[in-house]
Amino acid sequence: MSDRKPIYLDYSATTPVDPRVAQKMIPFLTEDFGNPASRSHPFGWTAEQAVETAREEVAKLVNADPREIVWTSGATESNNLAIKGAAHFYAGGKGKHIITVSTEHKAVLDTVRELEREGYEATYLQPEPDGLVDIEKFKAAIRPDTVLASVMLVNNEIGVVQDITALGNVCRANNIIFHVDAAQATGKVVIDLEKLPVDLMSFSAHKTYGPKGIGALYVRRKPRIRIEAQMHGGGHERGMRSGTLATHQIVGMGEAFRIAREEMAAENERIRMLRDRLLNGLLHIEETYVNGDLDHRVPHNLNISFNFVEGESLIMAIKDIAVSSGSACTSASLEPSYVLRALGRSDELAHSSIRFSIGRFTTEADVDYTIDLLKNKIGKLRELSPLWEMFQDGIDLSKVEWAEH
Amino acid sequence: MNTVYFDHNSTTALNPAVLDAMLPWLQGQHGNATSRHVFGRLGREAVETARKQVATSVGVQASQIVFTSGGTEANNFALKGITANLAASQVLVSAIEHPCVSRAAAALAWHDWQISTLEVNAQGVLDMADATAQLQAQKTGLISVMLANNETGAIQPIAELAALAKAHKALVHTDAVQALGKISLDFTALGVHAMTISSHKIGGPIGIGALVLDKRVDIAPLLHGGGQERGLRSGTENVAGIVGFAKACQLAVETVATRSEYLSGLRDQLETGLRALGVSVFAQQAQRLPNTSFFAVANIDGETLVIALDKAGYAVASGSACSSDSTEPSHVLLAMGVEADLARGAVRVSLGEHNTAAQIAGFLAALKQEVQRLKGLHAVAA
Repeated sequence: MSDRKPIYLDYSATTPVDPRVAQKMIPFLTEDFGNPASRSHPFGWTAEQAVETAREEVAKLVNADPREIVWTSGATESNNLAIKGAAHFYAGGKGKHIITVSTEHKAVLDTVRELEREGYEATYLQPEPDGLVDIEKFKAAIRPDTVLASVMLVNNEIGVVQDITALGNVCRANNIIFHVDAAQATGKVVIDLEKLPVDLMSFSAHKTYGPKGIGALYVRRKPRIRIEAQMHGGGHERGMRSGTLATHQIVGMGEAFRIAREEMAAENERIRMLRDRLLNGLLHIEETYVNGDLDHRVPHNLNISFNFVEGESLIMAIKDIAVSSGSACTSASLEPSYVLRALGRSDELAHSSIRFSIGRFTTEADVDYTIDLLKNKIGKLRELSPLWEMFQDGIDLSKVEWAEH
Repeated sequence: MNTVYFDHNSTTALNPAVLDAMLPWLQGQHGNATSRHVFGRLGREAVETARKQVATSVGVQASQIVFTSGGTEANNFALKGITANLAASQVLVSAIEHPCVSRAAAALAWHDWQISTLEVNAQGVLDMADATAQLQAQKTGLISVMLANNETGAIQPIAELAALAKAHKALVHTDAVQALGKISLDFTALGVHAMTISSHKIGGPIGIGALVLDKRVDIAPLLHGGGQERGLRSGTENVAGIVGFAKACQLAVETVATRSEYLSGLRDQLETGLRALGVSVFAQQAQRLPNTSFFAVANIDGETLVIALDKAGYAVASGSACSSDSTEPSHVLLAMGVEADLARGAVRVSLGEHNTAAQIAGFLAALKQEVQRLKGLHAVAA
């Protein structure tokens, strides 16, 4: 392998900071360094004004009122704040049952588990094999004491887009607070919170070419949704989230979301063409399976399982591209992806899956290189695989009885 | 902007060397520090190197550092996380804590904790007799007292408190946000179980901080999710922020002795001038941070004076920035027994290493002029 860095195809794990975003941030790290909460001098005023301009930019991307945007340290905090904050606030009136989906991000699943430890009950819906939530099964999960439902807009591993309008309408009809994790959605799908029946929505900057360590939570004003603060202190963000506002980070998120709003239509077309090119190239390899629905999906994501290839060997073989096998947050473990398992994929297919995620700086040459690399390496790995040989010989592996060791 | 910045306890300008350390992580291609490919590994290495630097700065091992989004989160994490794994009893917080400690403590009432206040004396220093009495009177799980007060700069007897707490099997947390970089700081010598530090008070970026933990402390996470920070603080690592924080820590701690001496020289110059103006300086008999002076001019409203000083080109504060929305007199001064009227006159000057003797002289002249003008207005009004 050469010394050059691999081709980055892991935009769903994180995106580079757009150079325009970095440029916008730097003045707020140097000359305009005030604490936005300082009311007595211009250092504070300049910072506060920058924070409010950025809030407007974030609101505009999702067609919300700036007063509905609460700054957080990232989508993990937004998810924690939304779920615990709303559950704690509304449990007394409604009850302690929560509905979510087994393919949510860990920040949602772990938060719901924490609430279970506090005495809440949770239903973890299984999605259909295409990764989408069945609306009838969702309705069936509702109980009189269901207080909150949390469903992500775009899945981080397989990129499928849930029907948030339909799910939200069911929640409205049943007086259930509806939270949506949109960390993977901004700049990829149109979000119109004036129309969407959503009460709380989580955002992250670093998945949309902004800096790491900053995010936001949308909290609907009409009808007003209340949340209990999870971080107490100086009473920043109208008491919903205390802590000195990181002006440069907020400015970066605002600029990143402004760029997303202005460029997403054209960018997504370009990315769709690249993804289709990648898909067509990889589907020429035998025994490959796309994970997740292809129609209800962001163009940025392609998740494919390569049968008869061992997952770890595959990752080692394709080091010239930077991709994920499962979500980055869990890739320290060797467990097969829980998302793919929830779709009903076998351990083997889940293990041999690769998430390719395409972004702003991906080129056609990157895609072509990737296709060639995969064709070549998978061919070589399969040459070494006795299972592949048996499959080639027409043996039905599911009927083979393996000797006990 | 030609305004002289005298509000370093609120936030500080980024040290240029810190910016240089951060910029590579804001530019070019970088991965998620949890990813296993080379982009992720480089981020992971940067985070772990930074963790060692921060740890060294406060005299602990890298595994004792949990990065957070700042001081507020670290304080909330300490109070809520430590009590979550203890049987509910009493939590003691001092009367002069930052709201992110006192309000986090108040929230513990939901989990059946009884919240009691530790009193301070007229110099704004913890009353050890009161602490002893309260510890003897009732089973106490956790005590939280700041190392140095943000308004008066008064340094608290934390090592002494920790020794006392040990005898009563209570855990101790200290908010050291204002102390880091201003006085020498050694976690182990303090004998506490948890300590909060923050980046933006020491020339680092806003939005990053840490909780320093004794290895024996069993703490529950505040943020759940991907399991970063050994499961204690989930969320994608803010690599640029962490790297900047570490650089700021390193620089602040390296030069703490000379900076401290320089700042206390400026502060003494300021307070000599203030005395000549007949101004009362709060907590002046206490051991204080070298950079902080909190004072009031009788019969002049602090907010009015701060605005007048701003027009004259000096950025100072009337209290802590977080509560500067409110017109309530400082809770710190009230706890010290200062009359509410005088407390309303409070102005805080907090100096930084780039401030100069000439700026202090200029400030004293401006203050004298403004005080005379405002007193004149009062006389006319009367």
